[in-house]
Amino acid sequence: MRALLIAATLFLGLPAMAETVVVGLSRDAINITANFEGSEILIFGAVSRDAPAPEGDLEVIITVEGPSLPVAVRRKDRRFGIWVNTDVVEVDAAPSFYAVATTAAFDEVITQTEDLRHQVSIPNAIRAVGIGVEDGESFTSALIRIRERGDLYQTIEGGVTLRNETLFDTSIQLPANLVEGDYRTRIFLTRGGNVIDVHEQDIAVRKVGLERFIYNLAHDRPLVYGILSLVIAIAAGWLASAVFRYIRT
Amino acid sequence: MQIYLPIAEVSVNAFLLLGLGGLVGILSGMFGVGGGFLMTPLLFFIGIPPAVAVATEANQIVASSFSGVLAHFKRKTVDLKMGGVLLIGGLVGAAIGVQVFAALTAIGQVDLLVRLCYVVFLGIIGGLMFIESLNAIRRARSAGGVVPPKRRQRGWIDALPFKMRFRTSGLYISVIPPLIVGLFVGVLAAIMGVGGGFIMVPAMIYLLGMPTKVVVGTSLFQIIFVTGFATLMHATTNFTVDMVLAVLLLVGGVVGAQIGARIGTRLKAEQLRILLAIMVLAVCGKLAFDLLVMPSELYSLGAGAGH
Repeated sequence: MRALLIAATLFLGLPAMAETVVVGLSRDAINITANFEGSEILIFGAVSRDAPAPEGDLEVIITVEGPSLPVAVRRKDRRFGIWVNTDVVEVDAAPSFYAVATTAAFDEVITQTEDLRHQVSIPNAIRAVGIGVEDGESFTSALIRIRERGDLYQTIEGGVTLRNETLFDTSIQLPANLVEGDYRTRIFLTRGGNVIDVHEQDIAVRKVGLERFIYNLAHDRPLVYGILSLVIAIAAGWLASAVFRYIRT
Repeated sequence: MQIYLPIAEVSVNAFLLLGLGGLVGILSGMFGVGGGFLMTPLLFFIGIPPAVAVATEANQIVASSFSGVLAHFKRKTVDLKMGGVLLIGGLVGAAIGVQVFAALTAIGQVDLLVRLCYVVFLGIIGGLMFIESLNAIRRARSAGGVVPPKRRQRGWIDALPFKMRFRTSGLYISVIPPLIVGLFVGVLAAIMGVGGGFIMVPAMIYLLGMPTKVVVGTSLFQIIFVTGFATLMHATTNFTVDMVLAVLLLVGGVVGAQIGARIGTRLKAEQLRILLAIMVLAVCGKLAFDLLVMPSELYSLGAGAGH
């Protein structure tokens, strides 16, 4: 597919596509097991070009994005002396995880228009249309602030190393509290702030083994799961009582 | 050792959960409270999603209460007849409570109402118990030892019909007060996401006039069924019971409950009551403090409804 694409661009001879990106991932699937403690993914690749490098600085931006979900952001305010949730903003879709790594400072590697078009920076990756509150901005920035504190949103400026304008690599640390789903990985190649090539690849994050079994049971056979939970609870309660009685006699 | 919880979808320290379970289990065995009013806020604090915390906590209370009640059965300090009557009221109340909860969720502000419920009920119950047991201790001191068992005053409660003999509690009273107490506690338990022991125990002592020694076992007995019912409801409607989290909590919890039940027998009834009162007041104080003081983060995230 990629070879075909490269061949096609070569054939068409588009000057903007003279440089393309070839990417490798250290892993394309992450298994969530019972003792999952987060994971590190290595993203590396090379820039292939069929002509001498044109003018302007070549930069690389790498993003990893978890499944998007709607989020309700609530704000507390003082009413009758106590702190109460008063305003709420529904964000239509916010990625459950988002990391963006760049070769240099963010505003140097991509222009604002390109950022808007490709939704690269964290605020642009969040979709919040039709916010009813006047200071809607403060809600989305609170969302980003809270998620950044939990390492769920990361901006790593200078996190990508680029050698000889050809080879690049970075590593992204995924935290332990990951949501299941396909994690979209995008690699942008920019020159003078303009995107000249994008490569996209998914990393499948899945629960496996016992985690998978429990999750499926809970959703497919909830009554069986509920009864099983009660049986475990009763059995554990009885066992502890029996063990203590045995110790005392 | 970190463990990934399959339903909560967060990774937590297994030993922390075992420790929390054990601590709450000890309190549960000592006082006959499920411990939900302590554990549920603690689970919120370590980052478990609220819906999962409430549902899983119900499951854990089943285990620690069962473990505790077995110890009480051995000492014959469970009034099965009274427990049964309370339970009938409790299950009806829980069913009503679930409906009330759904209605409150529709209006919004359910979080605030739950917190206010906690502050008001914990405050009243803790305060009353504290004063009463302090007086009891003072009387015991001045009398130089054993307190003469106070005769219950005959009042309007004794005038009610449908009288029943509760042999273990040494009571001959109408079934209406225990039914109402059970119903009321059931409603609150469903709204507040707890077993309701901290309301049930004082209600049995002060409203029904049951002896403290019998109260703990009887309370645990009926809590098993109310929380068991809640666990099934949560598992089938919200899919929020996390088995792994429950197992970690209950392993600590059942061991703690056994230790707690033994500590409980060594303490005098009024000492037991004053300790429970202090604990209830402490939790109440913490919750009131959170409502009154400006939080460091004004914003909070929740699951969105989607469009």
